[in-house]
Amino acid sequence: MTAATARRDFPRAYGKVGSLHRERLWALRLSYTSLIVAAIIFLAPPVYMLMTSLKTNAEMADQTLSPWLVRSPTLEHYGATLENPLFLGFFANSAIVTLLVVSITMVISVLAAFALSRMRFWGSQTLATGVFLTYLVPDTLLFIPLYQIVGGLGLLNSIWGLVLVYPTLTVPFCTWIMIGYFASIPKELDEAALIDGASWPQMLLKIFIPVALPGIIAATIFAFTVSWAAFVYPTAFITRPEEMPLTIGVVSQLVRGDTFAWGQIMAGALLAALPPVVVYVFLMDYYIAGLTAGATKG
Amino acid sequence: MSEVNLRKVVKLFEGGVQAVRGIDLEIADHEFCVLVGPSGCGKSTTLRMIAGLEEVSEGEIWIGGTMVNDIPPKDRDIAMVFQNYALYPHMTVFENMAFGLKLRHFPKDEIKRRVDRAASILSIGELLDRKPKALSGGQRQRVAMGRAIVRDPKVFLFDEPLSNLDAKLRVQMRTEIKKVHQAVKTTTIYVTHDQVEAMTLADRVVVMNHGVIEQVGPPNELYHHPATIFVAGFIGSPAMNFIPARLVNAAGALTIQLGQGLSVPVPADRTARYAPHASKKLLFGIRPEHLTETTRTDKQNLAPITVDLDVIEPMGMETLVHFRIEGTPVCARVDPAAGAQAGAPMRLAAHMDQMHLIDADTGRVL
Amino acid sequence: MAPDGSARAIATPAPLRPARSPGVSSLERLARRRSTIAFVMTVPLILVIAGLVAWPAAYAMYLSTLNRRMTASVGFDNYMFMIESETFWMVAWQSCFFAITAVLLKALIGFWLAHMLHNLPVRGQRKWRGMLLVPWVIPPALSTLGWWWMFDPSYSSINWIINVFGFPDVPWLGHPWWARIAVIMVNVWYGAPFFMIMYLAALKSVPEQLYEAAAIDGATSSQKLFYVTLPMMQNIISITVLFSLIVTFANYDIVRVLTNGGPRDTTHLFATYAAQVGILSGHLPRGAAVSLFMLPVLAVAAFFILRGVTRRTREMM
Repeated sequence: MTAATARRDFPRAYGKVGSLHRERLWALRLSYTSLIVAAIIFLAPPVYMLMTSLKTNAEMADQTLSPWLVRSPTLEHYGATLENPLFLGFFANSAIVTLLVVSITMVISVLAAFALSRMRFWGSQTLATGVFLTYLVPDTLLFIPLYQIVGGLGLLNSIWGLVLVYPTLTVPFCTWIMIGYFASIPKELDEAALIDGASWPQMLLKIFIPVALPGIIAATIFAFTVSWAAFVYPTAFITRPEEMPLTIGVVSQLVRGDTFAWGQIMAGALLAALPPVVVYVFLMDYYIAGLTAGATKG
Repeated sequence: MSEVNLRKVVKLFEGGVQAVRGIDLEIADHEFCVLVGPSGCGKSTTLRMIAGLEEVSEGEIWIGGTMVNDIPPKDRDIAMVFQNYALYPHMTVFENMAFGLKLRHFPKDEIKRRVDRAASILSIGELLDRKPKALSGGQRQRVAMGRAIVRDPKVFLFDEPLSNLDAKLRVQMRTEIKKVHQAVKTTTIYVTHDQVEAMTLADRVVVMNHGVIEQVGPPNELYHHPATIFVAGFIGSPAMNFIPARLVNAAGALTIQLGQGLSVPVPADRTARYAPHASKKLLFGIRPEHLTETTRTDKQNLAPITVDLDVIEPMGMETLVHFRIEGTPVCARVDPAAGAQAGAPMRLAAHMDQMHLIDADTGRVL
Repeated sequence: MAPDGSARAIATPAPLRPARSPGVSSLERLARRRSTIAFVMTVPLILVIAGLVAWPAAYAMYLSTLNRRMTASVGFDNYMFMIESETFWMVAWQSCFFAITAVLLKALIGFWLAHMLHNLPVRGQRKWRGMLLVPWVIPPALSTLGWWWMFDPSYSSINWIINVFGFPDVPWLGHPWWARIAVIMVNVWYGAPFFMIMYLAALKSVPEQLYEAAAIDGATSSQKLFYVTLPMMQNIISITVLFSLIVTFANYDIVRVLTNGGPRDTTHLFATYAAQVGILSGHLPRGAAVSLFMLPVLAVAAFFILRGVTRRTREMM
């Protein structure tokens, strides 16, 4: 080895570093380009909905203008929507149904997940598998028999019918991810609590629920968004506008085939979509944790 | 009075695995007793049975004069420190320590008094408002101990409490645990797989293997007078050498034949003890620290042997040398100044007062 | 050796504790009570599963064998009617075409975007991820309304953009093939973010050392993709794809809002067709039969998902 070879090696090594750097730069450019294109496409529909909801009917009807610009923004559609008693009724129905379903779901799934993850009993393994299988049964397979069953109970055209059937959408998944969260709590923690003198209810309330709080939040968000967005059951079971929740209400009642009602439809749809979006914006990490938990926890 | 007695305790797991096979053990009040053994030897299961976390399949466990077989953990008046600390992550250090007292409806000022006392013993007074996440491993360990101390139980149970700490902290916490025991004097049962921990902490060490107790005794007794080949090999580091050997009676004097032309004389005071075993398959057991360079002259009963060194490992204060006798690897500890060299022959002295002769078939030390 | 410890304990009752009842120890009783409590805690769950899923599923099968007034059994006539109906086969074909195309596109786009996102410096990922997940967050029935407006025959904002590039108007919802494409487009728009999030989570779980080891072994970036990334993500990819296949195959919202099955029933899926036949036209048994035709596909997908999930659980333990 001489100084000459070392000197010859040096610039080559330097060039390598440069090409690595350049490769990384191109990868980054590709990433940003793809993500910008994707963001434009992904955000275009809601942005267009927002633009439409801010346009005057006259501007919307003028085909010579670009649909992608708002010239004289107005809040008249929002005003009209918020003054519409029908729409406010939808909102109240959605809120009541969602609140009840989320509460019922969380009680059922936290209790069951605690039992399934910590206390082995006869059939508990089968039940855990059953929970997961139930999660895979789509609502569109069940809505016809449930129509008949709910009808038999006299709950068609009633939000109580929805409160009864929505748990099929929420309970299996919430139980499943709560089992995962509870199972990840080290066993020594319950043993320590047992020695400290905690009873089973105390262990659940004072140890498990606080420790698995992120999981509980994630499951609650899931139950909330699913109940809020549910569409199949209300379209099948509810035909009376006073009992409709938002999704079906906006789709069926605000759409009258009148070309110029678009501003109001879009305002209604955006207002209806607001609660889940707000939850998402403020609790994004929990939202995503809940979304990915199903596959990564189980 | 808080002695712990185990009577013919057996643990059968589902599927017929016998984790503990009938052990008897008496642990005196205030004693620091360490259960030590390799993983799967049943030491943790034994501890968990004492805690009430595992059911006793057979036999009886008595704590402070009461049979506790059927008593749930919370009513056994014990406290346990876990390997992974098992601190409640959502509670502060204070709440962690107070939780057991709160569940037992202690008055608030009494809880505070006890937590403060434990915190001062463990010098964690300034950590009381922190959450476990904000603590280092050693601090968490202290909190876990504090949680046990505030309960002022009859018995402390430690389940490998230092295994999650790095080597340096482990030594430090070892001293800490000993100090705490000297301060509170609670009967302590401590499980570990680390024989150094067992030796340094224990009043009495219980060596377990395959679900049975191999030997019970104070640390030095186990070191100097192991009862079985397992104990002899488990206690001490580097481990004791075991070399296949034969007893030869030559002109009234017993010698131990280690291989071709390599033999050492049996000390005169042991001749009578070893003579009846002359026909058996035997192992000559000697610790590396009792195989040294020959320059040391202060010791009696040194038997010289000459070996060819394979590997030498300088450790600073001493040098480990490795060689083979008839294919059996042997280790010796010599002075760094003794001039050991790999590949070169070396004259070593076996300290025959410290040797052991083991029946190869039964594993008993003779 | 006694096979059971307690048996021997009964044989030699402890004389020192007269209070001990022979046979059942209180710890054992505690354990038994514990499993009773556990069972009681799962009762509501069992009621939901049995009463609102298992029972309706079984009831659907019974229902599908009845006549229109649900007064008499007609055997398999409802199924036979469907099999002989041309519309039904069109629905079946469209369901498969829709589900397969949409799932493939969602998976590919999701995978690509997850990779692009993973490439970014960690600090920048959060806001991009937040933006790109928006389509998944809006209830699909409502966002589809927006799409419907964007596809409007005379005011289509998409056609306006197409015109800018010099192409003629596209009859989005008026022509069977364009309608099919539109339905798939909306579904891909809605579902691709979900795939992206799942794959991003999976990408993040691949240990960095594997890539470093591969780089030292001389792997190019495509070799890293094929020999490190894909094998490590294999399980989660198959779970996500199969799961999405179920959901997409059984989709209802998008078609119901966008085309309502039209033009001329060409975009109907099993779910929307079942609703049309069963609830709108009032022939519940026949509607039940239509929805039950989904069952075999769903069962096969569910079987493979369950296998994948069990395997994954075992790997993680």
